[in-house]
Amino acid sequence: MSGAGRDAGRNGDGRAKAELALKPVHELVAGGASRREIAELFVERAARLDGRVHAFLTRTPERALEAAARADEAPGEAPGPWAGVPVALKDNLVTRGLRTTCGSRMLADWVPPYTATAVERLEAAGLGCLGKTNMDEFAMGSSTEHSAFALTRNPLDLERVPGGSSGGSAAAVAAGMAPWALGSDTGGSIRQPAAYCGVVGLKPSYGRVSRYGLVAFASSLDQIGPITRDVRDAAVLLGLIAGHDPRDATSADRPVPDYLERLEEGARGLRVGLPREYFGEGVQPGVREAVLAAARKLEREGARVEETELPSTRYALATYYVIAPAEASANLARYDGVRYGFRAPGARSYAELYDRTRQKGFGAEVRRRIMLGTYALSAGYYDQYYLKAQKVRTRIRQEFREAFERFDLLLTPTAPTVAFRLGEVSDPLTMYMNDICTIPANLAGLPAISLPCGSAEGLPVGVQLMAAPFEEALLLRAARALEAALALEPWRPAAELEEVAP
Amino acid sequence: MSRAAAREAAEGTAGGPLDAYEMVIGLEVHVELSTRTKMFCSCPADFGGEPNTHVCPVCMALPGALPVPNRRAVEFAIRAARALHCEIARETKFDRKNYHYPDLPKGYQISQYDQPLARNGWLEIDAGEGPRRIRIRRLHMEEDAGKSLHGGETGGAGGASGEGGEESTLLDFNRAGVPLVEIVSEPDIRSPEEARAYLEMLRATVLYTGVSDVKMEEGSLRCDANISIRPRGSKELGVLVEVKNMNSFRAVQRALAYEAERQAEALARGERIERETRHWDENRGVTLPGRSKEEVNDYRYFPEPDLVPLVIDPAWVAEIEASLPELPEARLRRYQEAGLAYKEAWTLVGQRELGDFLDATVAAGAPFRQAANWLLGEVSARLNETGRPLSELRLTPAGLAKLIALVEAGTVTATLAKRVFARMLESGDDPEAIVEREGLVQISDEAALEAVAERVIEANPKVVADILGGKEKALAVLVGQVMRETRGKANAAKAGEVLRRRLAALREGRG
Repeated sequence: MSGAGRDAGRNGDGRAKAELALKPVHELVAGGASRREIAELFVERAARLDGRVHAFLTRTPERALEAAARADEAPGEAPGPWAGVPVALKDNLVTRGLRTTCGSRMLADWVPPYTATAVERLEAAGLGCLGKTNMDEFAMGSSTEHSAFALTRNPLDLERVPGGSSGGSAAAVAAGMAPWALGSDTGGSIRQPAAYCGVVGLKPSYGRVSRYGLVAFASSLDQIGPITRDVRDAAVLLGLIAGHDPRDATSADRPVPDYLERLEEGARGLRVGLPREYFGEGVQPGVREAVLAAARKLEREGARVEETELPSTRYALATYYVIAPAEASANLARYDGVRYGFRAPGARSYAELYDRTRQKGFGAEVRRRIMLGTYALSAGYYDQYYLKAQKVRTRIRQEFREAFERFDLLLTPTAPTVAFRLGEVSDPLTMYMNDICTIPANLAGLPAISLPCGSAEGLPVGVQLMAAPFEEALLLRAARALEAALALEPWRPAAELEEVAP
Repeated sequence: MSRAAAREAAEGTAGGPLDAYEMVIGLEVHVELSTRTKMFCSCPADFGGEPNTHVCPVCMALPGALPVPNRRAVEFAIRAARALHCEIARETKFDRKNYHYPDLPKGYQISQYDQPLARNGWLEIDAGEGPRRIRIRRLHMEEDAGKSLHGGETGGAGGASGEGGEESTLLDFNRAGVPLVEIVSEPDIRSPEEARAYLEMLRATVLYTGVSDVKMEEGSLRCDANISIRPRGSKELGVLVEVKNMNSFRAVQRALAYEAERQAEALARGERIERETRHWDENRGVTLPGRSKEEVNDYRYFPEPDLVPLVIDPAWVAEIEASLPELPEARLRRYQEAGLAYKEAWTLVGQRELGDFLDATVAAGAPFRQAANWLLGEVSARLNETGRPLSELRLTPAGLAKLIALVEAGTVTATLAKRVFARMLESGDDPEAIVEREGLVQISDEAALEAVAERVIEANPKVVADILGGKEKALAVLVGQVMRETRGKANAAKAGEVLRRRLAALREGRG
């Protein structure tokens, strides 16, 4: 047994280890711990705490420990400095030989025969998978309450949602059950749960990370990205997964810069815009204050902060709720019970098989979005909805392009509220409103990051920074400058969670 | 054949109810491209294979898999499009065509909707009334679906038998994702014969480009037809009926003839034509309404977000075009200009290997007309007899050219040449060697012929008497006898001369 295992019972040491589990990866690695110690720390915590949090749908301690052992055996060799560090993966990232459910009954027992490009790249870098994390079914939701399998709790307040749809990944990192994780973001699904859980979430530019092996929700909006404890870790993890992939025709064939190179160059001279539309009605006063305070911090660091306007923002939500369901309605057509996944029993014809399988295999929110999307594409409505939405999307892109001629970055809240209570939001429209600050970046393909910037009602508030497409280096540098200036204590899991006996 | 006569032939009745109407026909043809790999993944695209062995996450539509366009398939599509005189788009995109069917893995087909790869082409056809242009509206790229084998059917590749009962459906996804082009004609076709001529010209043209083997029996060429009828002279279009499930060119021709007549009879009874899809029943020779008339398909096309629009470089198009061989249309014109009748020329053009062989024989020095005659005559006869392709005959263009040269030089007679030809196919030897070995050289030597002529005259006194009595035509009998005596080697003209001279001498001697 390792030191970590032997000492787990001792209180003082338990606290020290809880502290360790809340450190960013680059600090853990710099601190001299062996990879086995690091992996065991998180494996052990996940085993102990996840009964309360339900961040994971599948845990794979053996994978994490194996990778760590391999890295310890051959220190300093390829595949690089992060070899042996464990990582949690959202359960819509396809993993060979490892059940990939997408939070859906439809794929409850699906074991893929191949691996997503982003995951392959992490494996190539020597990272070991800790497990697959819970999510809203097919990534459709903002609270992880729409998972077919489990209700994930916010580790900072167990009565609250972790956000979604990458709620499991964000909760795993926030609880110190994983040092970092991958999520996916179609309308805010990385950034909003990161904000709710007091961690960092980055949605890269559309095309920066291959979508091959990411179970599609809305193909023109989906991106994979990191959820981490700090900005430096986000830069590291992005660097590992970014880059052109010949298997994804929409992945960008352009070089990946070293995201660490200029990370510490500060915010001096950066032009930061505060678009008024993101601070209006519906934004909780505590959230607004914390975000504006962060803007002032950035100003004191030498950035030029200025209010601005993005008038098309008001159409973003409606546009998104036409385009995303339209694409989803086609993307989810393959789940017919014929080749894989759930198949309703007893059907006597294909039509019956199709109807019953989808009726029973999909949850209510997924069925709702399929119907919305089908309707928006139907003859007689196409021009009115889908085509119109595409035109508005073009206009939103154009508006951002113009904004980025005047600003390097845009600063907004990540979500209009802090984490809400489990079951508190039952009306779909209210739930959809939660993504109002994050959706525009997906529509325009921009990179955007959320980082903790303070609290409201005792819960974390996230500030969002957006940059022009493929300006991740600049985005990370500004986020790092803000993070350093804020110098906040890390958010700690709820005391009752830490008290769970080993 | 006149159009009216053609129509009568198609209907089998003269003066039928169709007389007052004109047919308006458009054809939609699907052609499978013979690329090595599929349209959007690297699985093999060839026909056959054990069921579900040419599949991968992409063509099985596993969650998370993404399509990547096959550049070669785009090149092939451009090749076909340029051969059909289409304009190539500068920018083209893919769309999703949504419908669900068990052999359609993604629940949508990646196709092209409002920005097809190519538009505005044409083909020149001749259904017996001289050349006519049929316009081509568009050519677009798409992917094929898998195959459904219903209750007890088994696939061509075997392996499915024994599995699944009467009520079950087996699926083979080997074909799913194989690249297709769909070629849509304008409604310019006016008769079942023209439809067939169009299909034959289309098939030949695509075959010449080398992008498909266009075999209807293997499904690498499929055809659906749209047909309506209207009173002669009318400019308005009638109600359109789509006819599917035709498995040969002949079936297309028969189905259209049947369908036109059915519509005309319905109109004659005062009924209205319903806009519908009908299926050709080959055994009964009728079209029958499709099952689900009330279920209108809404394909909900929208741009495929997994693919980016393709920008086609005109220089690439020019490069592809420059590599096209002489196409059937041009070859047909060339052969007609060289003196062949349309039907002769088409026989040589429609079967590309015959045309290629002809050109190679001419290139080897043979006169065009003689070479064409050999291919239309002896060679075609032999191919029909054996049912084998030309490539399997032991005949080379150089060999045929030499044989023709032997005839031209008078070394062998036309009769003997056929024998030499047969020997060539048996042995694969040079015609000269055969002639030498078998002593088949023509006897033109007068002294040798004199001796034979003398024997023949002596042996046929009755014929000689007839000739001397004025029946000049009977001379041919004696020439035939000379040929028999020499086993075909005699120069027939010379033999005639010698005989005539001897007979003249006889007549004088008598007289």
